[in-house]
Amino acid sequence: MNNKYLQEDLLRMSGVNPKKCMRCGKCSATCPAYDEMEYHPHQFVSMVENGDIEPLINSDSLYKCLTCFACVDRCPRGVEPAKLVEAVRLAAVRRQGANHLKADMVPDMLDDETPQQLIVSAFRKYSK
Amino acid sequence: MQRIGVFVCWCGSNIAGTVDVQAVSDALKNEPGVVFSTNYQYMCSQAGQDMIIQAVKEHNLTGIVVCSCSPRMHEATFRRTAQAAGLNPYMVEIANIREQCSWVHKDIPIGTEKAIILGKAAVAKVNLNTPLTPGESPVTKRALVIGGGIAGIQTALDIADAGFPVDIVEKKPTIGGKMAQLDKTFPTLDCAACILTPKMVDVAQNGKIRIFSYSEVTDVKGFVGNFDVTIKKNARYVKEDICTGCGACVEKCPMKKVPNEFNLGMDNRSAIYIPFAQAVPKVATIDPNACNMLKNGKCGLCARVCAAGAIDYTQKDEYIEEKYGAIVVATGFNPISMDKFDEFAYNQSKDVITSLEFERLTNAAGPTAGKLLRPSDGKHPHTIVFVQCVGSRCDACAEKGKEYCSKICCMYTAKHAMLTRDKYPDTDVYVFYIDVRTPGKNFDEFYRRAVEEYGVHYVKGMVGKVVPEGDKLKVQASDLLSNKQLHIDADLVVLAAAIEPDKSARPLATMLTASMDTNDFFTEAHPKLRPVESPTAGVFLSGACQGPKDIPETVSQAGAAASKVIGLLAKDKLTGNPCIAHSNELMCNGCSSCERVCPYGAITYEDKEFRMPDRTTLVRRIAVVNPAVCQGCGACTVACPSGAMDLHGFASGQIMAEVDAICK
Repeated sequence: MNNKYLQEDLLRMSGVNPKKCMRCGKCSATCPAYDEMEYHPHQFVSMVENGDIEPLINSDSLYKCLTCFACVDRCPRGVEPAKLVEAVRLAAVRRQGANHLKADMVPDMLDDETPQQLIVSAFRKYSK
Repeated sequence: MQRIGVFVCWCGSNIAGTVDVQAVSDALKNEPGVVFSTNYQYMCSQAGQDMIIQAVKEHNLTGIVVCSCSPRMHEATFRRTAQAAGLNPYMVEIANIREQCSWVHKDIPIGTEKAIILGKAAVAKVNLNTPLTPGESPVTKRALVIGGGIAGIQTALDIADAGFPVDIVEKKPTIGGKMAQLDKTFPTLDCAACILTPKMVDVAQNGKIRIFSYSEVTDVKGFVGNFDVTIKKNARYVKEDICTGCGACVEKCPMKKVPNEFNLGMDNRSAIYIPFAQAVPKVATIDPNACNMLKNGKCGLCARVCAAGAIDYTQKDEYIEEKYGAIVVATGFNPISMDKFDEFAYNQSKDVITSLEFERLTNAAGPTAGKLLRPSDGKHPHTIVFVQCVGSRCDACAEKGKEYCSKICCMYTAKHAMLTRDKYPDTDVYVFYIDVRTPGKNFDEFYRRAVEEYGVHYVKGMVGKVVPEGDKLKVQASDLLSNKQLHIDADLVVLAAAIEPDKSARPLATMLTASMDTNDFFTEAHPKLRPVESPTAGVFLSGACQGPKDIPETVSQAGAAASKVIGLLAKDKLTGNPCIAHSNELMCNGCSSCERVCPYGAITYEDKEFRMPDRTTLVRRIAVVNPAVCQGCGACTVACPSGAMDLHGFASGQIMAEVDAICK
C-alpha cells in the first residue's frame, strides 16, 4: 500500500480533515493518556496530514489512546483527533490480518488502574 | 428614433489585446439607431471624452454607448461627459467588454464576437432609454449616535466640533462604555480613566451634544437626511435636572446587596446607585428590581435624605420623538458567556475569571481597590495562568465560540501579564497562546518586552482543562514546542474570552434596515473603500459594532464616521438616484408583495380614488414608492405579480430588449 493511498484511506475512514487544525494543541492538553503516548493527539493530526504514517502504525501510542473523546469534545476547530487515531488503529489491524490482541497477551498488560471496559472494547476491536 | 453614437475603447492593450476593436465598431455601425461608431485608445482620457462631445454635436446624437471597462469604473465619468455635451446623463450605457470579455478570454475571434454581442445589447437598451432627473430631499441638520462608549463619544465630539447638534443615546445610566471599565491601555499603558473621563466631561459640557442616558432607540422611520426616531427614556426615578450627584442617597440606601454590574458582579452596590465616580451624567438611578420602595412601598429613605428633592418614585418611561439627518451606530461589544466552556471551570471556581474581570481586579476603583487578590479568599495569587483564544477562532460548526479572531486579546493579555510581573515580581505568569498576533504600531515591541524584560512565560499551546482542587487550580496544558504536557498548580486563571457584538445590535439593525454579517457585526458598504458607512444610506458605523477593534482603531473609525456625517449634514439638499422603482397605479392591485420584499422600507400603500368610465369613483389601494428611500435594487419588480412595478433606467422592457439583442 503506498503512502498517498493510505493517507486518503485514513481520511476517508475517519472523516477527519486535518487541514482544519490550527495547531493549538488543545487535544494534547486535554489528553488523559498523554504521558503514555510516544505520539500525541496533535502529532497524529499533523503526521497524517504530512503523510508520515508508518511511525504511527508501528507505535504503541495507538493502543494507549483510551478513546475517551476528550480531544474531540474540546477541539475548537472540530478536527476530531480521536477518530483519526481510531482509523490508524484500524489500518494497523487490517494490515496484521489476524488477531492483533491474543488472550494470553492480556494479563501482562493489566494493572489495577485499567478499566474493565477497556479490555472488553479492546478485544472487540483487535480480535477477528 | 434615437441617434446613437458607439465608442469602443481599446484600454491600451487591456481590451485591444483580445478584442478586435475595429471589427466591433464596424459591426455596431449597422445596429438600429446607430448613426456613428468609432474606436479609440483611451476613451476615458481627456482626448477620448472630447471626441464624444464633438460627435454628439456633429451627429446630433441622442444616446451614447461606450464599450469599455465595468460601469463601476467609468460610468460616472461618461455620464459627466454626456452632460457636458448637453445630453441627459442617463442616455449613456456602458457595455463591459473588459472585465466580462477581454480579461476572461484568450482567443481573439471569441472575444471579438462576445464584445459585439455585448455592444448590441447596450445599443438595444439605449434605444429605449429616457432622460431621467434625480429627485431632491432636504436634510435635517442633526445627528444621532447610538451608543455612548469611546466610539460614540468620539463621533459625537467630532460632529459637534463641526457645528452640528448631536444626540447620544446610551442604554446604561452613564456614558463611557467598556473603556471606562479598563485599567491601563496598551501599548503605552496610560490609565484608561485618565484619558477617557476628560472626553466624557467634554461631551457633558458641549452645548451641541445632548445625552440620553438610560435610554434606547425603539423606532426608526424615514430615510437619509430625514429619519424620525423614537427614543425611550427609561424611568430612573430620579429627576435628572435636579440631582446633583452628591451620593447621599447611595450612602443611606439600606439595600446594599445588589451585584454591581460595573465591577462585573465582583462586589455589590446599593439599589440607588451611581455606576462610578466619574459617571456622566453624574445622576443617581434607582434599580427597580432591587428597590424596596418601588417593589413594595416600604422604605423611601433616599427621598428623605435627598436635599435637592430629586427622587421621584412615580416617574414613568418617557418617549421622545426627534428628527435626524444621519444615524451613527456605535453599539460596541461584550465578552461572550463562558457557560459552555466547562473545561475551564469558570462556573465552578471564583478564581477562574475573564480578562474584563481581571481589569476590574487591577483597577484602583475596582472591588479590591487595585490590589490583585483572588476573588475566592482574598489572597494574593502567586501563579497566574492566562489562556488566549477562549471562544475565538473556532470552527464554524462548533457549538460554542466564534469563527473570527477577537483581535484585542493578544495585546491586553500581554498587558495584564506585564503589569502583574511589574507590580508583583513574586508571581509566576504563564500565557498559553496559539499565535501571538501583534499587528499594530509598537505592538510587537510591547509583547517582546513582556517576555524579555518582565519574564512572562509564553507557552505555545492551549490549556486543555482546569480542575479546582483545594485552594489550587490544576491546569493541564500542552507545550507544543517542547512536546510536553504541563501540569501547573495555579492560584488564578484568566480567560481571554472572545468578544461579540452587543445583543441590542440585531434588533437595531432591523429598525435601521442596515445589513449585518452572520456574527451580527454591522456590514460596511465596501470592506476597503467605504468602511464606515452602512449600505443603507444615512447610517454610519463606529467602533466594535462593525468588527473587533482596539481603542486606537475605534477612535480613528469614530472620526471617519463623523467626517462622513458632517459631509452629509453640510448639504442643504440631497440628490437622489433616479434609477428607482415606480408603480403603475392602473395595474397595481395593492397585494403588498412588493412591500414585503423591499429591504429599505421604501414602499407604502395609499387609498386612491379612480374615476371609472361610468362616472362613478372607485377607491383602490395602490403601492407608492418613496423616491428618497428606494435604492433601485429591483426586488419589487420581480415580486410584483401584475407587472405594475418597474425601475427607471432598468425597465423590464429595456432588460428584455437587451436579452433579445444577445439571443438574436
